[in-house]
Amino acid sequence: MSAHNVIDQFVSKGIETCFHGRHINPQIYAGLDGSNWRLKDYEARGGYQALRKVLGKDGSAPNPETGLAGMSQDQVITTVKESALRGRGGAGFPTGLKWSFMPRKFPGQKYLVCNSDEGEPGTCKDRDILQFNPHIVIEGMIIAAYAMGVSVGYNYIHGEIFAAYERFEEALEEARAAGYLGDKILGSEFSFQLHAAHGFGAYICGEETALLESLEGKKGQPRFKPPFPASFGLYGKPTTINNTETFAAVPWIIRNGSQAYLECGKPNNGGTKIYSVSGDVEMPGNYEVPMGTPFAKLLELAGGVRKGRKLKAVIPGGSSSPVLPASIIMECTMDYDSISKAGSMLGSGAVIVMDDSRCMVKALQRLSYFYAHESCGQCTPCREGTGWLSKVVDRIEGGQGRPSDMDLLDNVAENIMGRTICALGDAAAMPVRAMIKHFRHEFVHHVEHKTCMVAADVSKV
Amino acid sequence: MIEIELDGKKVEISEGSMVMHAADKAGTYIPHFCYHKKLSIAANCRMCLVDVEKAPKPMPACATPVTQGMVVRTKSDKAIKAQKSVMEFLLINHPLDCPICDQGGECQLQDLAVGYGGSSSRYEEEKRVVFHKDVGPLISMEEMSRCIHCTRCVRFGQEVAGVMELGMSHRGEHAEIETFVGQSVDSELSGNMIDLCPVGALTSKPFRYSARTWELSRRKSVSPHDSTGANLIVQVKNNKVMRVVPLENEAVNECWIADRDRFSYEALDSSERLSAPMLKQGGEWKTVDWQTALEYVANGLKQIKTNHGATSIGALVSPHSTLEELHLTGALVRGLGSQNIDYRLRNAEFTAAPKARYLGTSIASLSTLERVLIVGSNLRKDHPLFAQRIRQAVKHGCQVNALNAQSPDWALPVANALNAPATTWVQALANVAVALAAAKGVNPPAPGVADDQARAIADSLLGGERKAVLLGNAAAHHAKASSLLALANWIAEQTGATVGYLTEAANTVGAQLAGALPGEGGLNAGQMLAGGLKAAILLNTEPVQDSAAGQQAALGLDKAEMVVTLSPFKTNLDFSDVLLPIAPFTETAGTFVNAEGRVQSFHAVVRPAGEARPAWKVMRVLANLLGLPGFDFESAQDVLAAMHTGGVPAFVPAEHLGNASSAAIDLSPASAAPVVASIYQLDGLVRRATSLQLTADARAAASPQAAQEALA
Repeated sequence: MSAHNVIDQFVSKGIETCFHGRHINPQIYAGLDGSNWRLKDYEARGGYQALRKVLGKDGSAPNPETGLAGMSQDQVITTVKESALRGRGGAGFPTGLKWSFMPRKFPGQKYLVCNSDEGEPGTCKDRDILQFNPHIVIEGMIIAAYAMGVSVGYNYIHGEIFAAYERFEEALEEARAAGYLGDKILGSEFSFQLHAAHGFGAYICGEETALLESLEGKKGQPRFKPPFPASFGLYGKPTTINNTETFAAVPWIIRNGSQAYLECGKPNNGGTKIYSVSGDVEMPGNYEVPMGTPFAKLLELAGGVRKGRKLKAVIPGGSSSPVLPASIIMECTMDYDSISKAGSMLGSGAVIVMDDSRCMVKALQRLSYFYAHESCGQCTPCREGTGWLSKVVDRIEGGQGRPSDMDLLDNVAENIMGRTICALGDAAAMPVRAMIKHFRHEFVHHVEHKTCMVAADVSKV
Repeated sequence: MIEIELDGKKVEISEGSMVMHAADKAGTYIPHFCYHKKLSIAANCRMCLVDVEKAPKPMPACATPVTQGMVVRTKSDKAIKAQKSVMEFLLINHPLDCPICDQGGECQLQDLAVGYGGSSSRYEEEKRVVFHKDVGPLISMEEMSRCIHCTRCVRFGQEVAGVMELGMSHRGEHAEIETFVGQSVDSELSGNMIDLCPVGALTSKPFRYSARTWELSRRKSVSPHDSTGANLIVQVKNNKVMRVVPLENEAVNECWIADRDRFSYEALDSSERLSAPMLKQGGEWKTVDWQTALEYVANGLKQIKTNHGATSIGALVSPHSTLEELHLTGALVRGLGSQNIDYRLRNAEFTAAPKARYLGTSIASLSTLERVLIVGSNLRKDHPLFAQRIRQAVKHGCQVNALNAQSPDWALPVANALNAPATTWVQALANVAVALAAAKGVNPPAPGVADDQARAIADSLLGGERKAVLLGNAAAHHAKASSLLALANWIAEQTGATVGYLTEAANTVGAQLAGALPGEGGLNAGQMLAGGLKAAILLNTEPVQDSAAGQQAALGLDKAEMVVTLSPFKTNLDFSDVLLPIAPFTETAGTFVNAEGRVQSFHAVVRPAGEARPAWKVMRVLANLLGLPGFDFESAQDVLAAMHTGGVPAFVPAEHLGNASSAAIDLSPASAAPVVASIYQLDGLVRRATSLQLTADARAAASPQAAQEALA
């Protein structure tokens, strides 16, 4: 069996995940069918028009303010700011604001990096974007590079989706051949080189500074901040890092304007968002819907809870976000502010649905194991704490829990939070605290009765 | 300058400093493990988390830059809670080894656990275990489970030693510090990692399990090996030297010492120690008492003076001897009417110098050099602490140029390396001068061809402001050493650099000032070793290993009627007639003058072993037996005082030190390469230090021949 045979088993065909036709007002996934990823297909659906508009190569009249065709760097950044596009990788930081941190007049190389490490458990949206619409990321990055005066960029794609990395390399070749990348793009004064790089299998390399370290060829261990990447990033130079989906959102914003993007969503949460819905639903997949879509609607798009079972709990934004019980999530809309108000975070938008056949202790066991396994080991609270949490949850799941364990877990998790070099510590701690907070009774049951609250026959459904 | 408020006190500190620096300045202790003032910031132990007003989370003091008006509380509830939680995390996987751990009593984890740890643990899961590693004869990594992953050892290797020998492999709980797949830690500065490690993970292999830190007396001393004059703390229990660690002296050795300084103490109780005077009678060695031995020597000297004249008496002295020892040996030889005394045992050329040759600049200034030319030196191995300073200078842009036979790895980037066989170094250096002359439009001091390398070196030396031309041991021992010095002077003058010798031994500079050089008409070391003496006094030297003559020295000295060896060891047995046990540096008071002219005195830290006596006392008694006047000294300090008028200075006055040379430049190739000693063959102590002799460096150069081949 060749390497490619092995890889093929894991290549997304997209049929299940994003060609289901159940998106609502999609921008990134619109019109994709798996075969129309090439440059000519992308151009046929309006691709690279945004870039032409920015560079003043779309034949429209010169800007009355500047007297020049195209948009200025400031105009691009302001547009993105006003669109209320927020980082789609998990932190939800306002993208326009992040772009404005880059120093304008820097006498050296600056870098633009796309974070396609997509390691957050439950997330598979970026994989499909790279596989089936790679050019939208390329176009978004060129526009971003123009806005910040950057001439070299990298897309760091995690090594587990090697086929997507190869696909993206092909797309890069197409873009270079067509003159969208390289020197003096489309006859403008702007030059931009974009390269793809792949990771080697570590969740921690999704952390922006660990990603930079990995890109530099070093061990993927996060750097302490300050200094921030905008002052000291790749190779010590000013760098902006954004998520795949964030860059993919940029062309639509440029073509249709910031107001339109904002109105797609709701105030402070502009545009659409792709949710990777997995777990106990009939039709798991990637769903692109406007910001502010009620959770109930998203659940409906995914076919509702499978086999007609009852919804128990949902992790709304990837395993690092605190779990929300059914009663709370059903009242929420899917956007940063609503989920945050409910006590969780939108994160990467990986929605993990759990029905009443799921034991929360077992779920937490799997989650805690993940963080203990992926901790880079650099700083004390995370290195020691994630192992401690995982071992205690193991004990409880294995029928050897003690009454003091719940408070112990909560306290250990609290001791990790805010005291680590990067957010992995917080990401490990928050699920623990949320599970104890909302489902303490299940843990108590495990300790007292040494078995699951979910009856054995039910859990095997 | 920025002003912050730290625990209610106002502290002013320069911009770009971290909160930790402000705390140091204010005298406030913030608990930490991974922070070290000489290493880069890692901020991974998280022990220094402090409460910064307006910051949502506790901030690491070592990595938080100060801002104007910042309010920092290191002991508020928020800060203490964070520090205690970190301490708890550190202890959950840490083995409860204190009773059997060498670090006990000098362990930062113990000390901080007292302040920030609980009195019992609530961790009741399994502790992870790390397998032991064998990384060589010096550092013990038997209990790596104790490691708290502060990465000081990793950063030391990367930044100070220049070779990253230890790294952190794997991740999470399985992260461990190790060498790359079974390799050993070979750096000549590696022992400093033992000091750096805050817990008992990296410990001293020779010292393992031998004493508790609180049982040891701490006494100051100075290294007797290379010319740095590294300050030492020698730790003693029951009159035995148990361990040597650095004494911090920012201007000399900062907070480091070389492995050679650290582990040579093992030789002090070698089985080869000479514990009583011995005489060779009828081809057999017999132990005698001091009176007998010294009378034998005195009578022998008188006899030989009568029969062969005073000029047949001479002394070959080690430049690792103290000022007092050298001064009295010289006074004794001259008192007998001879001028034959020399410390230049490895030299091939013996030119008189008007002033003492020395480094030509301060040791501290090596850290700030912008351009340097090293001639004839294995810088890294011969002068580990000088090399370390230059390594730091390179990080700030210093360009290092080198003229050597080969380019050994110096663990620092060498901008231009001119490799030529040692016998042709004068021409090679002249070529650099020719390139320089062409660039400056002046006449060269000697003819030559400016090839690419020579031009590159010349261009480099013309840039920058703080520059030095440094001649190493091979250049000093070279058959055309004076030509090399003359050319070096010319190059230095033309480029605005200082010129000097790295100098081989702890007291090479001092030996020149203490009269250990032949006077008018006196024989030099080469002549004495070739058989020019009828009576030879060997002070602390083993000519077969320590001289340019090598094996031939034994033959040359065999021609003498009486050879007196003063040594801590039973050595020179083949050609000696008398062995007098003298004290090594730990057992005598004395003074060394280091490469920059710093006068450093030390006391004995233990009593002399057996019947050994400080060599200066032996000379005094011998002189008395010979009836020589002016030897009435009560103490080593008296001897030192007598050498100076108007008090002993801290530094040799400038008028006595100088590297200028008006020698002619002889371009013809030398007949042989110069003789040098490799790092662990330098002197008698180091050669008998068991653990040092097991290192990779020692095994690679097990014979003097190996060192010589490097110069071919």
